[in-house]
Amino acid sequence: MALASVLQSESVDFSNYGRQRRGFASGLTETELGLESVGGDSLSFALRTSCSNGDGPDRKIEFLHGTTTLAFKFQHGVIVAVDSRATAGSYIASQTVKKVIEINPYLLGTMAGGAADCSFWERLLARQCRVYELRNKERISVAAASKLLANMVYQYKGMGLSMGTMVCGWDKTGPGLYYVDSEGNRVCGDLFAVGSGSMYAYGIVDSGLKQKDLTVEEACDLGRRAIYQATYRDAYSGGQVNLYHVHSEGWTRVSQSDVLMLHQQYQAEKA
Amino acid sequence: MSYDRAITVFSPDGHLFQVDYAQEAVKKGSTAVGVRGKNVVVLGVEKKIVAKLQEDRTVRKICSLDDNVFMAFAGLTADARIIVNRARVECQSHRLTVEDPATVEYITRYISSIKQRYTQSNGRRPFGISSLIVGFDFDGTPHLYQTDPSGTYHAWKANAIGRSAKTVREFLEKNYKEDMESDTDTIKLAIRALLEVVQSGGKNIELAIMKRDESMKMLAQEEIEEYVTAIETEKQKKT
Repeated sequence: MALASVLQSESVDFSNYGRQRRGFASGLTETELGLESVGGDSLSFALRTSCSNGDGPDRKIEFLHGTTTLAFKFQHGVIVAVDSRATAGSYIASQTVKKVIEINPYLLGTMAGGAADCSFWERLLARQCRVYELRNKERISVAAASKLLANMVYQYKGMGLSMGTMVCGWDKTGPGLYYVDSEGNRVCGDLFAVGSGSMYAYGIVDSGLKQKDLTVEEACDLGRRAIYQATYRDAYSGGQVNLYHVHSEGWTRVSQSDVLMLHQQYQAEKA
Repeated sequence: MSYDRAITVFSPDGHLFQVDYAQEAVKKGSTAVGVRGKNVVVLGVEKKIVAKLQEDRTVRKICSLDDNVFMAFAGLTADARIIVNRARVECQSHRLTVEDPATVEYITRYISSIKQRYTQSNGRRPFGISSLIVGFDFDGTPHLYQTDPSGTYHAWKANAIGRSAKTVREFLEKNYKEDMESDTDTIKLAIRALLEVVQSGGKNIELAIMKRDESMKMLAQEEIEEYVTAIETEKQKKT
């Protein structure tokens, strides 16, 4: 499976290890909720972490921990802002990474941690969301979508997945924002920032969100500013700021601004 | 003995005999009637005559599946117990994974797919029950669904299953009024329908109602008697 090939380990276990875990985690057979077994035919490709080498889950893979992603709820929906830099050590591997995954026209997911993990599981989530929509003749709620994702990755807990994502969308209860990670956390909230530059981003957004009712323009500016400031101080964040706005009709890609352009713009404003 | 032979197989003219026979078993069960009103849903069952020494409180044919859904059945009680248990677990599983109560349609679909699975498995026979599932979705719409041993389900405005179901259904067709605003009218319709086939009146009727945003309520014997007397007086006035 995708996970096994990424980690390239010889100790792939084709036993029932994963299957028992799965039953405990969800408490119901997947066919009843319409979720087919992820690992193909009834075997689950569980990866046993090798305790013999002593390095445990520390494997040399490119992780996007060096990143800044943020999302916050406001009166008119959810703003999602991310940077676009990928680093391997001190080498900048790419300045044009797409860290927002478009799950479906009204749900977005952000990427932090392992790029393959994030995009793979979120694409799987997109499939489940679509099946839900067809079966139940209505869109899936953000709470349910984030729960499906959290339950999926929980079965692989401790096996080396690295994913810190924010599931953002708009459903019949209004704007929805959930933080889901590979440890099994799933938290509902109004504001999240994930990655090495998250602290700088929090500073900007926390001070900018003081006035409760922001217009869409102001909220977009705030998100853009927050990512910019994070890229200014954090070496592992940079590239462009990709900004999305989730509203009642779905999500819209607001802008893609190069950080250096933003720098010049803000400097000019200061003068 | 290996379970490699299917019991439910097609006949030359396209019937599944086991399913047809299961439906015969349903026709022998005591009558159940369901009515969907605008703001209330009602399920009534014919109470089986219990032996003198038997505690009649243990014979419950109306079961709640969750706060917003309940059901009645006709046919093999033991089979019904299994279905009710699975449905109750599924309602909670749905709440856990989707963080919302299951809609009436969802749980009906789930029950029907269990029943269908048993018509297409080795070594198993179909479930010998039909059920009437009623409730409110969390957006407030009332629903009444009927399932049968083949695994099909349909939505109804009012329906009956079990013994003399045909007579009761004809009565309902004649007397059902669209958009019955008053809860009392809906309840009275269900009781009148049951009285058509139940001997000796109100003593042998068990009734459960659910109003929007309220939990299921089993009517006490005295309340049922009140409705029955009101119905009798109305009948007298008409004749």
